[in-house]
Amino acid sequence: MKELDAEALYRQLATQIRPQVTPATALVGIYTGGLWLAERLHAELGITQPLGAIDVSFYRDDYASKGLHAKPQRTEIPFSVDGAHVILVDDVLFTGRTTRAALNELFDFGRPGVVELAVLVDRGSRELPVAARYCAHTLAAPLPRSENLDLQRDDDGRFTLKLTQAPAAER
Amino acid sequence: MRNPQLNTHGELQHLLTLDGLPRDILTAILDTAAPFTEVAEREVKKLPLMRGKSVFNLFFENSTRTRTTFEIAAKRLSADVVNLNINTSSAAKGESLLDTVDNLCAMQADMFVVRHAASGAPMLIAQHLQQTGRDHIRVINAGDGRHAHPTQGLLDMYTIRHFKRDFTNLTVAIVGDVLHSRVARSQIAALTTLGVPEVRVIGPKTLLPTEVEKLGVRVFHDMSEGLKGVDVVMMLRLQNERMTGALLPTPQEYYKIWGLTADKLALAKPDAIVMHPGPMNRGVEIDSAVADGAQAVILPQVTFGIAVRMAVMSMLGSH
Repeated sequence: MKELDAEALYRQLATQIRPQVTPATALVGIYTGGLWLAERLHAELGITQPLGAIDVSFYRDDYASKGLHAKPQRTEIPFSVDGAHVILVDDVLFTGRTTRAALNELFDFGRPGVVELAVLVDRGSRELPVAARYCAHTLAAPLPRSENLDLQRDDDGRFTLKLTQAPAAER
Repeated sequence: MRNPQLNTHGELQHLLTLDGLPRDILTAILDTAAPFTEVAEREVKKLPLMRGKSVFNLFFENSTRTRTTFEIAAKRLSADVVNLNINTSSAAKGESLLDTVDNLCAMQADMFVVRHAASGAPMLIAQHLQQTGRDHIRVINAGDGRHAHPTQGLLDMYTIRHFKRDFTNLTVAIVGDVLHSRVARSQIAALTTLGVPEVRVIGPKTLLPTEVEKLGVRVFHDMSEGLKGVDVVMMLRLQNERMTGALLPTPQEYYKIWGLTADKLALAKPDAIVMHPGPMNRGVEIDSAVADGAQAVILPQVTFGIAVRMAVMSMLGSH
């Protein structure tokens, strides 16, 4: 896989979303990488609805086998979900299971009008019928399962994409 | 010997007592409870974590609040809950504790929440499950005799952390009937493990266990002396139903000396919080004005109790 410029991809993602933003648009970032992206998009695109955040730990489908992940974060949806135009933001789209969990959680807050998905990178290997409406980059070939691709944020708020070996238990 | 509450990976398998539980597990439970507090504000107050699991509330001793909060916690995790008040059913007909458990296992129980007047009953059930190859069934102690009430201890720790942030600079006083109190034992174990530098117990000699100092606490038989400069006042209920023999003169006399009034509370730090596990005996261990006053955090304790129990159940329910 060639080196990915996360900052360039971020700008591309913002450019894709910008024309679709209306006063009814709300962003919801998925912890942790997706929330970083959503925070920056929220400011840059002048979104007026308050920013939402979802931690899908309590909705994961592998809870029975893997248990709770360390230190789940607080889900906060500070706008009325009913009828809203919601853009879910995640850093990397993989199996689609995180998106499924986030959708289920979102619907426990109300009935959104439209939900779209925005991701920085689509790494392939989907296991559910999930597609991103906004996607800055799709890998030419799916990444092997033994590798993790994650967004990182340095002290100055700059994004990088980091490839690491997945812990054995997650393969 | 391995702590019977932990599995071979050091993960929590049953919650029987806080005594001997490592600090990182206590902290993990408190951390996990935090996001659960938000669920109550949703349109759908439910999470799917325990969907399809059966939780049996096995209460051999009366309790409304504890049973209700366990029931709400399990239901908010989407579990199916069955409440059994055994003192009015099979036990009265002579069935033994373990026979009752075996019968409920045959009904595909996944978790038992046990309250029993005998210390050690939940441990006995956990051992029985292990010996009979039913390791997948979890046990939570909801109060056993004078021994332990771990979820109460945990929700108290959650409350203290919520209001005081850090345990390592606090002075905490536990006041009243420590002798009969499983709550006090769980509180002392948790406070000590979490690094509270000074834990005090305050009460008449007849209501403090002998050698209570060995638990790592400072003992006071003078309320005014004991409350001086404390950050947290944890009141205990005077357990009339457990009193045998003449441990006390009268409730009125007790209130005069050991009841928490505004005057006595003024000796603590100005921002001290007042806690009580409930049910309160107003005018016995606590004055109404204090119980309803600005420093009381007794109702937040109840609310946090649901989140803490959700955290415990979901941590046990997973592996």
